[in-house]
Amino acid sequence: MENDKFLISHAPHIWGGFSTGKTMFVVVFALLFPTVAAIYFFGYYAIYIILISTATAVLSEFVIKKLRKKRFIMDGSAIVTGLLLALTLPPRIPLWMVVVGAFFSIAIVKEAFGGLGYNIFNPALAGRAFLSVCFPKEMTSWIIPPHFNYDAITGATPLSDSFTYHADKFSLYKDLFFGNRGGSLGETSVMLILIGAAILLLLRIIDWKIPVLYIGVVALGSFLMGKDVLFQVMAGGLMIGAFFMATDYVTSPVTWKGRIIFAVGLGILTILLRNFSNMPEGVCFSILIMNAFVPLIDKYVRIKPFGFVRKKKNA
Amino acid sequence: MNIVIKKKRAFKGLYLPENKITAKKPIEMLPVPDKVVIPLQQNIGAPCEFIVERGDTVKTGQKIADSQNYVSAPIHASISGKVTRIIKVVNPVTSTMMDSVIIESDGEDSWIELKKLFDIKKPNDFSGLKKIIDSIDGKEIIKKIREAGIVGLGGATFPTHVKLNPPQDKKIDTLILNGCECEPFITSDHRVMLEHGREVLMGLYIISKVLLLPKNIYIAIEENKEDAIIHLGKLVEEMGLGSIFKIIELESRYPMGAEKTLIRTITGRTVPMGGLPMDVGVIMNNIATSKSVYEAVIEGRPMIDRIVTVTGAIENPKNLLVRLGTTIDRLIDNCGKTENGVNYLIIGGPMMGISIVNTDFPVTKGMNCLLVRKSRVPFEQNCINCGRCVNICPMKLMPLAYVRYVKKGDFEVCREYYIENCIECGCCSYVCPANIPIVGYIKTGKNQLLKVVD
Repeated sequence: MENDKFLISHAPHIWGGFSTGKTMFVVVFALLFPTVAAIYFFGYYAIYIILISTATAVLSEFVIKKLRKKRFIMDGSAIVTGLLLALTLPPRIPLWMVVVGAFFSIAIVKEAFGGLGYNIFNPALAGRAFLSVCFPKEMTSWIIPPHFNYDAITGATPLSDSFTYHADKFSLYKDLFFGNRGGSLGETSVMLILIGAAILLLLRIIDWKIPVLYIGVVALGSFLMGKDVLFQVMAGGLMIGAFFMATDYVTSPVTWKGRIIFAVGLGILTILLRNFSNMPEGVCFSILIMNAFVPLIDKYVRIKPFGFVRKKKNA
Repeated sequence: MNIVIKKKRAFKGLYLPENKITAKKPIEMLPVPDKVVIPLQQNIGAPCEFIVERGDTVKTGQKIADSQNYVSAPIHASISGKVTRIIKVVNPVTSTMMDSVIIESDGEDSWIELKKLFDIKKPNDFSGLKKIIDSIDGKEIIKKIREAGIVGLGGATFPTHVKLNPPQDKKIDTLILNGCECEPFITSDHRVMLEHGREVLMGLYIISKVLLLPKNIYIAIEENKEDAIIHLGKLVEEMGLGSIFKIIELESRYPMGAEKTLIRTITGRTVPMGGLPMDVGVIMNNIATSKSVYEAVIEGRPMIDRIVTVTGAIENPKNLLVRLGTTIDRLIDNCGKTENGVNYLIIGGPMMGISIVNTDFPVTKGMNCLLVRKSRVPFEQNCINCGRCVNICPMKLMPLAYVRYVKKGDFEVCREYYIENCIECGCCSYVCPANIPIVGYIKTGKNQLLKVVD
């Protein structure tokens, strides 16, 4: 034997190889479907927003890793954050605000807490919340899809009170499903979001429990309150929020029990915010609020191990 | 009646690349070495003490170490020759030093006198053999097993005579012979089943007799060893044991061969936390153990050799019959050149094996595989809380919590998450996207907790 000394490492000595990087790139791929919808409905300006957001996110992460003297790993998480942030922004937001939002997402929400895995809040959503607090006017100016016509007409999103657009229900549902409506860049086309989500579900990247229960609770709540269930489910950011943001690994619980609690909490909060607050939409803030509960849920909600026997008190 | 029962999907686990490249290679005998290193701790429980001294001449099979402790098995000389030195060898499992004895061969390999009761090669006289077995008292059998130094050869090395002597209040109704061999690469049990099927079955018969014929006797084999299932099925029929032995064909899924998961899959019973299989009326034995039991009881042969699969990035992977105490470099030399860039040497399979630093280490009783590997050095990233480890864990634990708290040093918190329940199968590390050596953290946590208790 030519080399006499061997390396020591812990078992197992083989690895599945489904790394964080691979996971993130699958998520990016799935997100490309809503991205296509954004570009199709809101024109080339959407491309600027998406590219600038993603580039700012990756660059901020790179700079901050260097400043903290940590190794920069291109695991794609910054791309996911940048892309998700872009997809939650209104279609005509000034580009410098995109830069501010993406920088805030990465620098403050993610890296200040210790980087990937340590952030409490979903970076993209926290970035969006930051922007909507700082620039309320720009963050709520919506347009009707102009189809590559830059001079678009401003219009209301379906969930706002001033929304009057459709003559009959069927064409309303059709527009909601295919995405021909006002709203944030990526949230409009339910169909393409579902295609992206199907990829994530089939590859077992995300757990079906969170989106299904979340949407289910919102549907049930809307039904009980006498609202139009299909409309409530498809309008607003519920679809993209449930499939792409609530399922974020870092900011959702790990056990199946915890995930059920998380998803039900999300649904209840969304119903409350949509109906009893002065905001038209509640998905972003419900996810952020439930994110704050995740450490607590993970601490107290545990699963019973194999062969569990309750310990006797005096033992 | 049908001997082979087809069914039994695993309730949890991984589908691993099997890499059983030596499955078709017959067992070869490694030439008797001119020197062996025999450590005194080769079983779980108490280590042995020497009963020979430096300068003594010993014969092959002669007992050289024993212990007064009940949970311990004696150790025998695996070659004949002279005891030249007593040294310390690092135990790779615990990283502690253990006393070892070096025997230098006289080149004759002269055995102690063996009292052979039956020759298995004799064609089809199984009723005669069964009569011989039936005539031996159960206590006598257990004594013979102890004297032969037999331990569980699946890797745990628990003394077999202790296992076969359960306390009176435990009613054993199921005996399982574990032929799963679910780890990738390893084929030693597979070859034993194919080439020593008779010994294995008669060993099982002996064990079942000691346990007063439990109601269910199963031989559990994964479906990737189709030839072994067919071969053993034929033998069972031939030997007229079809009415008591059943072969169960199981899904090939890791960790099928782990004691608790196998019992759950076959019987549906759940071994309670911190409990033993005998708590749910089950006793499980390994294929190679069963063969050794036969050799000990019928041929009077102590445990001085075992079958080791030498595999991985090596020119000529083999299943070798090796004398215990042979140093690893001989095994590697016998199997040809290793590939360029080999950086790991692993005792055991790739999922649970232990990496060792150099080739001076001897073959011990619990070693079923020597894996030469060329692989990337793991690079640990941050945990992203994905929960894959929680989903895959066959013991339904929360492995990510151990990583978090062991890093912090809160070992007591690990106990609240039932760290003792971990069987260290390695599924969590295998699926971890951040490539965290979770099992390493768990072992650290367990060791620290043991120290705290001590």
